[in-house]
Amino acid sequence: MNGTGTMDATPAGGAAMDGGYLLEVENVRKEFPGVVALDNVQLRLKRGSVHALMGENGAGKSTLMKIVAGIYTPDSGSFKLRGEDIKLRGPLDALEHGIAMIHQELNLMAPMTVAENIWIRREPLTRFGFVDHGEMRRKTAELFKRLNIDIDPDVQVGTLTVASRQMVEIAKAVSYESDVLIMDEPTSALTEREVDHLFTIIRALRGQGKGIIYITHKMNELFEIADEFSVFRDGKYIATKLSHEVTRDDIIRMMVGREITQMFPKEEVPIGAVVLSAKGLTLKGVFSDVSFDVRSGEILGIAGLVGSGRSNIAETVFGVTPADAGTIELFGKTVRIDSPSTAMRHGMAFLTEDRKETGCFLLLDIQENTQMAVLQSGYVKNGFVKQKHLSRDSVEISQALRVKTPDMAEPIINLSGGNQQKVLIARWLLTKPKILILDEPTRGIDVGAKAEIHRLISKLAGQGVAVIMISSEMPEVLGMSDRIMVVHEGRVTGFLDRAEASQVKIMELASH
Amino acid sequence: MSTNEIAGSANVIGSKKRLPPEVSILGVLIGIAIVFEILGWIFVGDSFLANKQRLSIIILQVSVIGIIAVGVTQVIITAGVDLSSGSIVGLSAMVAASLAQTSANPRAVYPTLTDISPIWAILAGLGVGLLAGIVNGSLIARTKIPPFIATLGMMVSARGLAKWYTLGQPVALLDDSFTWFGKSFNIFGFPLPLPVIVFLLVAVICHIALTYTRYGKFTYAIGANPQAARVSGINIGGHLIKVYAVAGLLSGLAGVMTAARAASGQPGMGVAYELDAIAAAVIGGTSLSGGVGRITGTVIGTIILGVLTSGFTFLKVGAYYQEIIKGIIIVSAVIIDQHRQNKRKKA
Repeated sequence: MNGTGTMDATPAGGAAMDGGYLLEVENVRKEFPGVVALDNVQLRLKRGSVHALMGENGAGKSTLMKIVAGIYTPDSGSFKLRGEDIKLRGPLDALEHGIAMIHQELNLMAPMTVAENIWIRREPLTRFGFVDHGEMRRKTAELFKRLNIDIDPDVQVGTLTVASRQMVEIAKAVSYESDVLIMDEPTSALTEREVDHLFTIIRALRGQGKGIIYITHKMNELFEIADEFSVFRDGKYIATKLSHEVTRDDIIRMMVGREITQMFPKEEVPIGAVVLSAKGLTLKGVFSDVSFDVRSGEILGIAGLVGSGRSNIAETVFGVTPADAGTIELFGKTVRIDSPSTAMRHGMAFLTEDRKETGCFLLLDIQENTQMAVLQSGYVKNGFVKQKHLSRDSVEISQALRVKTPDMAEPIINLSGGNQQKVLIARWLLTKPKILILDEPTRGIDVGAKAEIHRLISKLAGQGVAVIMISSEMPEVLGMSDRIMVVHEGRVTGFLDRAEASQVKIMELASH
Repeated sequence: MSTNEIAGSANVIGSKKRLPPEVSILGVLIGIAIVFEILGWIFVGDSFLANKQRLSIIILQVSVIGIIAVGVTQVIITAGVDLSSGSIVGLSAMVAASLAQTSANPRAVYPTLTDISPIWAILAGLGVGLLAGIVNGSLIARTKIPPFIATLGMMVSARGLAKWYTLGQPVALLDDSFTWFGKSFNIFGFPLPLPVIVFLLVAVICHIALTYTRYGKFTYAIGANPQAARVSGINIGGHLIKVYAVAGLLSGLAGVMTAARAASGQPGMGVAYELDAIAAAVIGGTSLSGGVGRITGTVIGTIILGVLTSGFTFLKVGAYYQEIIKGIIIVSAVIIDQHRQNKRKKA
């Protein structure tokens, strides 16, 4: 292999005493038609520890988690919980055995209250068989107090922020007296302060002797919260180590089996004339008086906390939610942008934040997904799509972006997150944009694909495209942007040049 | 291990052909036909399939439903539904018939407009359907009410209009040049009614439109993910109006065909046709949650419905039992299809 000895399969710490583990999964194999998703994989979870699972998208982490949570049945392998062999019959069975999963897509019923969501199926009843709301409220308050969560049990879940919903999910898992908690990228939609709160709760749970399995793509989280971690690659188990024993580079090497030389390779390119100029943009109740310029060849980073209005600004510039006031000048001319198709006619492209909700057509194949935007402006004659020509160009661009698929007729739902993102980027590149708006271009995708996307963005800027990039990841914003605009509560609080920008300065402007 | 190994190994992009999903539906059709053939020899002592007359009647009976189903399929692909088709058939049949009466009729609806070219009657019938479809589409696009409600309203009102038009009276004694459109022709010794030809023609045109035109691509996109479609620059409202207009137009065409075949217009024509059309589309693999469906599937689904009706009659199954069994078969077909698709999705 690569000579770092990462094939060492014995768990770190030497704590392999019999029965010392809360959960032991050995030699697990899971095949789907045509793919081996897991190939003799193991996982040992200690009591009172946070165990991170690391690996690129498609490494098998999620499949393994679904096996632990009873969603999938393994083809072979052993499964021990508290030293006893068990066989899970389904997610409910897993829950009754004390294994709870907190899903990446939150599984709460928005129109119901917090308390109703937590105690669903287990509602306390009165003597007459009616739901005892008072008792339910009391139990919820008690649970929240134990976890140091401050949410009104009677409020509708739909009105809560993503972070609060996650707290509710965690509380629900804890209410089952679960010993094993599985968290799949819990911080992907949280602000820094919310992450801190989450970590406090995780530490408290760890202190109570629970075992927490934690899937993440974020390296700094690993060092902050995890006691040990296991790495997977292409469905195979690579190693388990204590997190304080290794460096960031060690982990990346284990994950990708190769070196990633440079993460944020923004090159110096000549910056041209102003291409887009927003003046006093306002969307009532969301943001107000937002003004900025972007030049050709420039990458303008937009930083700010989740909920600060940064994505809303992008949506307004692209015409998804037209502005209530203010003007947008494109190439020196004032243009009224009232819909995405108007924005596209003026050379704009918009990679949205949420791949599943506003990006992919999950039912359609890669080819259809790639071509959907460009059909507005080209490859159509008398209403008929020039499919041959379009397919050829689509394949070309997919290859240039290194979309990993054997076939353009593959449904996009079968691709990993990073590859889906590349397809969406290909969709916009086919339209040959002059202004490219990217909202969280690398959220939830693995390091390898991330570096490729960064290189690509940099290359596009080099070709004179004006780029607006929103990102929650500090190193990404700092590394890629020529200039950074910071947004806080719907207002622009400042601009920072590449040279003067730092994490501290951004945080100061972003939280005031 | 080099960087290229990971990126390079799986980087060959081609485009291999897959078996279209209609193959399994076609299998179901053939299966049902074979079952009737066997039961026919056992219980009736006759062949079900080896009967030109019967085969011709099967598709004649379903061709009107088929024309509607082709339009409804497109609506369902956008994740919508059209409940008004049957009522539009009734209204369009009445309007077309009223303009196709002969002067021999003592109580013509428009005494001054008898014995005119049948073209006007046909255009009026189509126009009524198109207009109803545009109203459906505009309601959905502009007010954002659910398609179920918008077309439910149209279903009730259009039926009311059809009755109000002649105060409930049927319109009879139609011109031969109009009823010609419901007649059969012998093609190579096979009696082929004109409605069947129209059905197949409509199916072919709409299949091409859905598969090869921008109209088709946008239809699928809107059903698959309306938000992503909007961000991709698709004018969703405008497109939905087009799709519902097409469905309305085809219901209007079905109404004209119905009136021509019956040589009369009756306000009760087309009752519950929308349900048969939706059933045909769904049996044919169109997903009610949108984004999935093909005209070829719908055509096969339509024929399945026809074979069921004809087969039961052939086996002399009572009308009540027919309906009971038909309902069960529709639901079973969809359960099986869904199961099959889930299996494929996981692969």
